[in-house]
Amino acid sequence: MKSIFKKKNLLLLGATFASIALVAAACNHNDSSVSSETTARTASGPGPKVGLVFDIGGRGDQSFNDSAAAGVERAKSELSATVSEVSPNAAGDNREELLRLQAENQDIIIGVGFLFGPDIEKVAIDTPEKKFAIVDGGPNDTSPSNLAHLLFAEHEGSYLVGVAAGLKTKTNKVGFIGGVNISLIQKFEAGFVAGVKSVNANAEVEVRYITEPPDFDGFNDPARAKVISHAMYESGIDIIYHAAGGSGAGLFADAKEFSEEMETKVWAIGVDSDQYNTVSDDLKPYILTSMLKRVDSAVFGIIQDVDNNNFIGGTTPLVYSLATDGVGYSTSGGFVDDIVDQLEKAKQDIINGTIQVPSSPTP
Amino acid sequence: MNSQKSNNFRSFGLGISTSLAAILLSLIIASLILLISGSNPLQAYWDLIERGVRIDIIFNILNRAMPLYVSAIAVAIGFRMNLFNIGVEGQYAIAAIIAAQVGAKVGVDLPGFLGILNGPIHILIILLTAMAVGAAWAGIAGVLKVTSGIHEVISTIMLNAISGSFLIALLLKEWKLDDEDIFQTATIPKSGRLPALAKVTEPGTAVLSSFLIIALIVGVAYWIYVYKTRPGFDLRASGMNPLAAQASGVSPVKTILIAMLLSGAIAGLVGMPELLGPAGKPYYHDSFVGMLGFNGIAVALLGQNHPGGIALSALFISFIDTTSIVLDANDSTPKEIIDIMIGIIIFVMVIAFGYSKKIREANEAKQSALVLAKNGSSPPT
Repeated sequence: MKSIFKKKNLLLLGATFASIALVAAACNHNDSSVSSETTARTASGPGPKVGLVFDIGGRGDQSFNDSAAAGVERAKSELSATVSEVSPNAAGDNREELLRLQAENQDIIIGVGFLFGPDIEKVAIDTPEKKFAIVDGGPNDTSPSNLAHLLFAEHEGSYLVGVAAGLKTKTNKVGFIGGVNISLIQKFEAGFVAGVKSVNANAEVEVRYITEPPDFDGFNDPARAKVISHAMYESGIDIIYHAAGGSGAGLFADAKEFSEEMETKVWAIGVDSDQYNTVSDDLKPYILTSMLKRVDSAVFGIIQDVDNNNFIGGTTPLVYSLATDGVGYSTSGGFVDDIVDQLEKAKQDIINGTIQVPSSPTP
Repeated sequence: MNSQKSNNFRSFGLGISTSLAAILLSLIIASLILLISGSNPLQAYWDLIERGVRIDIIFNILNRAMPLYVSAIAVAIGFRMNLFNIGVEGQYAIAAIIAAQVGAKVGVDLPGFLGILNGPIHILIILLTAMAVGAAWAGIAGVLKVTSGIHEVISTIMLNAISGSFLIALLLKEWKLDDEDIFQTATIPKSGRLPALAKVTEPGTAVLSSFLIIALIVGVAYWIYVYKTRPGFDLRASGMNPLAAQASGVSPVKTILIAMLLSGAIAGLVGMPELLGPAGKPYYHDSFVGMLGFNGIAVALLGQNHPGGIALSALFISFIDTTSIVLDANDSTPKEIIDIMIGIIIFVMVIAFGYSKKIREANEAKQSALVLAKNGSSPPT
């Protein structure tokens, strides 16, 4: 009865015990750090306890999620907040569980992105003693009072970078690349086009979207953004503004390549964060400016509101606009220094209502 | 007779030890990676267990295991006759969107006391629609295989791409609600939704889906079909030795078609717990749960195509997937370690499959040689 199988079985059994011993030994070795780690994790600062739930992509996307992360970093240093960060699984079916987990241990729970809409409302209703906030998600009639909706006036910021593009173009042709053709991104388009036309009535604006919904790949497809931008630059366009998230990388690379190849100078305009600071050094000279969508300010602001007992949730959204520095433009690189006066004037005119920026494109 | 029994027992033991070895090896490698990256593996495993024993989390684990289980059964039906249905992913997605639309549009309103049947009939219509669509979509791959010999791996991957990036996008655009930015089908009315088996609010809120019963029925039906019926025997025989099966009168064309249709029909059910609730959302939307088809392949491999083994595997994978979020929240351990573990498990299982098959064959050869030798040595009467 001495079969091969038996030998293998014994071997397996031996391997099992050996490995258990190995794991146990390895862990024993680390015992001292267990206790210190546990205490570190249970210790909490004097400030608010924040539970951040990223959207797919998470920290490190150099855009939306990172901006939210910057907001909680600021809360850590200025409000001594303690922060727990989690990201959804690949299947994308555990958003509700993540929110519930954070609601168990934290005071304010922030969902980054409109996809959290239905789940965060459900969890907020079930957990009335905790405060919730959603970035980019609008309220509805049933939104509970412990849930705040953080929205942005993206069209106002886009108007300002449109003014910059209208003043800076030498060919009188500028371009706009949107990630996905949805009304949120059309807001960027509308503001940008209005801004360009306000200072340069003769300028042409070519508008292209990378994908049509429900295909949302357009926010993460640099290769297709590059194909579009290349065609635009070849047609004589010398400044392109993108509202396409991660796809923007393709535009920036193309601005450099096209400029070097054709021995000319074309520009790109960044979005969401100050992209002059996120791209590599060799691309910096091509970023004219960036439309800033201050997710970080909004996230910091709502944490501060909770800390000061000023939290306002419910059916009215908190809109971050030019007036509250929730959107704006960047001056890194100094490429728009010569037109700052005109930009500031347009900004004041929007804030005091002299200029009404459209939030949807005119057909 | 006795030696046959002990043989069965042995191959069963071999199967279990292969799966356990795969899990163990993944634990060892995961522990080493955690140690290298400066985390404490024991603390991490303890965190998982500590969370996994809470009643609300047990509900979540069960809820997540149900579609995984059904998906793995769909894959296992194919595996039984050496068909690799990679297309479960596409089959359940296309089935879910069509079933969602049918469920939202069809109303069941029986008169009088028959009214209590409205809900069950409504649910049944949705489930049958999903099964029919899944079977039809998988059937395309089956027909392509028997008519033109196109390998099912190629055709199901292509069908995944067609359903995922093209057909569903078209359907969703056609059926979506009026609000321009919200990509979801109409909501299935209450009567078309599965009730909760149980609900808890302490220590956290969670519901247990009654899809559990459907998953159990699928498991039992699979077991009866594969082990206790003539077509099931044909299926297994064709998988083990297609030529011998054909020589003894099993039609390969028929068996391939039946296997693909059944696999697709079961695959059609994978999206149903998400759609019919009570935990999910009662409509199809642009971020509908994904990856269940691919994860089902891992669960089927780990469970070695046995209905009981698949159940344990689905629970195990669901357990680590559900509880791992606590690692992320504690900021002590990168939760990506879970993906690494699942990857290692699949890797080891694929290798072990080939290896244990060799051992089994060598074992069987030895047994039959022994029997032959015994018969040969006895003097003719």
